[in-house]
Amino acid sequence: MKIQTVVKLRRASQIFFFVLFLFLLINTEFQGALDSKETEINLPFPVSIFLEIDPFIALANAISTHTLYRSLIFSLIIIIPTFFLGRFFCGWICPLGSLNHFFGSLKSESKLGKKRIESNRYKKWQTTKYYILIAVLLAALFGSQIAGIVDPISLTVRSFSVAVLPTLNFGLNAILQTLHNSEIKLLQSAGNGLQFVLKNSIMSFKLVHFQQAVFIGLIFVTIMVLNLRITRFWCRALCPLGALLGVFSRWAILGLEKKSTKCSDCNICQLHCQGGDDPKIGLKWRKSECHLCFNCIPSCPDNEMIFTFFPQTQTTVVKPDLKRRKIMTSIAAGALTLPLLRSSTSLNAAPNKNLIRPPGSLDEKHFLERCIRCGECMKVCPNNALHPTFMEAGLEGIWSPILVPQIGYCEPSCVLCGEVCPTGAIWEISQNEKMGVDSAGKSVADPVKLGTAFYDRGRCLPWAMAKPCIVCEEWCPTSPKAIYLQKELVVDSNGKMAEVQRPFVDPERCIGCGACEHACPIQVEPAIQVKSIGESRAKNNQILLKKKA
Amino acid sequence: MAGTGKKLNRREFITTGAKLGGLSAASLGMGLWLKNRSAKPQETVVATMKDRLIIPPDPNLPEMVIAKGRDPWALVAKAVAELGGISRFISPGDIVVIKPNMAWDRTPEQAANTNPDAVAAVVTLCKKAGAAEIIVTDVSCHEPRRCFQRSGIAEAANAAGAKIIYPEKHRFKELAIGGKVLNDWPVFEPFLYADKVINMPVVKHHNLTGVTLGMKNWFGVLGGKRNQLHQKINESITDLAALMRPTLTILDAYRILQRNGPTGGNLGDVRLNNTIVASTDPVALDAYAANTYFGLNPMQVKFVSMAHERKLGTMYFDEVRSKSVEV
Repeated sequence: MKIQTVVKLRRASQIFFFVLFLFLLINTEFQGALDSKETEINLPFPVSIFLEIDPFIALANAISTHTLYRSLIFSLIIIIPTFFLGRFFCGWICPLGSLNHFFGSLKSESKLGKKRIESNRYKKWQTTKYYILIAVLLAALFGSQIAGIVDPISLTVRSFSVAVLPTLNFGLNAILQTLHNSEIKLLQSAGNGLQFVLKNSIMSFKLVHFQQAVFIGLIFVTIMVLNLRITRFWCRALCPLGALLGVFSRWAILGLEKKSTKCSDCNICQLHCQGGDDPKIGLKWRKSECHLCFNCIPSCPDNEMIFTFFPQTQTTVVKPDLKRRKIMTSIAAGALTLPLLRSSTSLNAAPNKNLIRPPGSLDEKHFLERCIRCGECMKVCPNNALHPTFMEAGLEGIWSPILVPQIGYCEPSCVLCGEVCPTGAIWEISQNEKMGVDSAGKSVADPVKLGTAFYDRGRCLPWAMAKPCIVCEEWCPTSPKAIYLQKELVVDSNGKMAEVQRPFVDPERCIGCGACEHACPIQVEPAIQVKSIGESRAKNNQILLKKKA
Repeated sequence: MAGTGKKLNRREFITTGAKLGGLSAASLGMGLWLKNRSAKPQETVVATMKDRLIIPPDPNLPEMVIAKGRDPWALVAKAVAELGGISRFISPGDIVVIKPNMAWDRTPEQAANTNPDAVAAVVTLCKKAGAAEIIVTDVSCHEPRRCFQRSGIAEAANAAGAKIIYPEKHRFKELAIGGKVLNDWPVFEPFLYADKVINMPVVKHHNLTGVTLGMKNWFGVLGGKRNQLHQKINESITDLAALMRPTLTILDAYRILQRNGPTGGNLGDVRLNNTIVASTDPVALDAYAANTYFGLNPMQVKFVSMAHERKLGTMYFDEVRSKSVEV
């Protein structure tokens, strides 16, 4: 095959996988079907496969849990070919890599001519990613999955779910609103047509908002903008998955061979290099840095370079040049991070009252061993109820999911967050398991509890303002209801007697779904609020004396 | 020009003067125009509701039909036939909106939503009568896509030929309701342009009003902060009943949610009752159902007596021409 064809294939592969990635992410949403009355709601196809084939996530999950959850075994689809071929994933598949590739190819003042050749030379700081890899895997060994914060797939899913797609939706919605509100009939119908197309393709059912979105979005934008200074800065310097695949490619049989030492010093190969791996004759090719983009081969006017199996390797550096002292430092950093983080968090001492985890979540220790903060659960939640934490789970748990009932409650029968979670931090449970019923709808076990609701009688209408309300009771989804009422004759501000029903919570029945808090008319600071205590996942966060079965 | 060492000639002087003068005048004009427009921002109420034809009473036909039997579909067909047939209510070319209760993420057996077969039966009848468009929708409380699917209503109505519309945010328009307690509220668009509206509530327990029936079902045409309606729930219900004036109300009493309404969830709270009640008088229907299924005196069901006082119908359900049939 001609090398030009290979480069074209690589480009096609990047586009294909990026589109697939976007397609799966946009479809990480229950769309509802008009031709189905199926009451067991699942997504029509696996949407989290990019996270599941990610070797770094799989390895970190294996190190922290000594197991491999559900579909993470499919990471071998990437790992085994990498042993033979090298970092093909980075150059051909990775959606973040493809985005970096795209932004890196934009014209930029700081990368013109010689400057670009210079910026594409191998730099010592490219080894940073290996130290990051070592540090986060060490943290995984000690039971903290902070790897997900820097994993490129997790980072991309999170950034798109929480910031990029919502931003896109707001933008498109603004255009649609302008068309809808226009006085001109033609524009209105254009708006309707556009709406139909967009709603059936890239737009989500409703506009969603996320806490931390600006923060997460800005980090993503920064990663993109860095490409204008140095092509694929993220991939070259920071990406721990790239580092891992770089290590895996040490014995790869595919490699660059320089047929002679003749070189006209045109530097075109260096100009188009993605990995910063010095393919030029006269320099040492860095195998662990190469993304297999194959740009260097067709650009060589002397035709002195080829990619081949079992290449001559006199001029190749096969492994990353790591310094022993720095390795020791990153090991120490990784090992010390966790005790430091946990010395100040409240993992065991005092659980955070607002740390309401999604249904099916493991207890906090096991949760932190697994959660990669990819944001899949937040994307799939039909009520926009799940959000990235800031400090509720400590610095260690940043951007892990939290239920914010004021924005959305947990839909009583929905278990989609567990379905999409790639690592089992939110364990996959069935609808019946969540509700504690058998297939005939009979109660057979305790339902999954997320927390317990508490009244603030100073703000509650029937308690403090002599007004009828009990919207919370109306919405309470348990049966019998966890909110019970007491009729009371009260005196209103005019001195007249009025009958109200005052609500109470039965902590035994309450499942902490947050429907009451969501429905409370005292929106800014609801008169009933769910707190994490009583959550079924945590033994150390309970109110009631209860004999465990 | 300046810097070129050339002197300004007369032509250039005049054209430059004209440009600058024009720019200044335009700025002044624009500024005055904008200043003149300045006013405290007001929320605009843009929507209007289509006038709906109220079917005149026919002394030879019953005003309420109570149909009992095992098949909800047949019950609906029989009840409507006894009321004079669907063509009495639906004319060819009508845009019909059917409003079942599908507010909750519950299955048909749990009886928190209207029976799907009953809805499909009404869709089929309207189709036969030549309706141009039949829309089935509700502004649900729980997540609409889950409610519509898990209630079984979307599938059944869609298969029968109805159009299912989700209550998406952009489909709401501010309407001046002009009620006693409700004024400007976002109303779901299909209800604004419908020629005929058929209400299809389900009988359920409700702690604030005792029972939720037909008139309460109109909460589901509103968007916005519906949770405030509870503070004056009876006035709100009657305001909406006065606004909506349905062509026909078909009450699903096939399964009755007796406790823990309106959400339910427990099959132990559901009683199989095998009945559909259809009426042209929404007040009489609610009065009858409150009395029959919950043993309440209509005088004490506040929204019923208020609606009676506002002449939206009669609460003396035993005085209306009614007919019981077995299917």
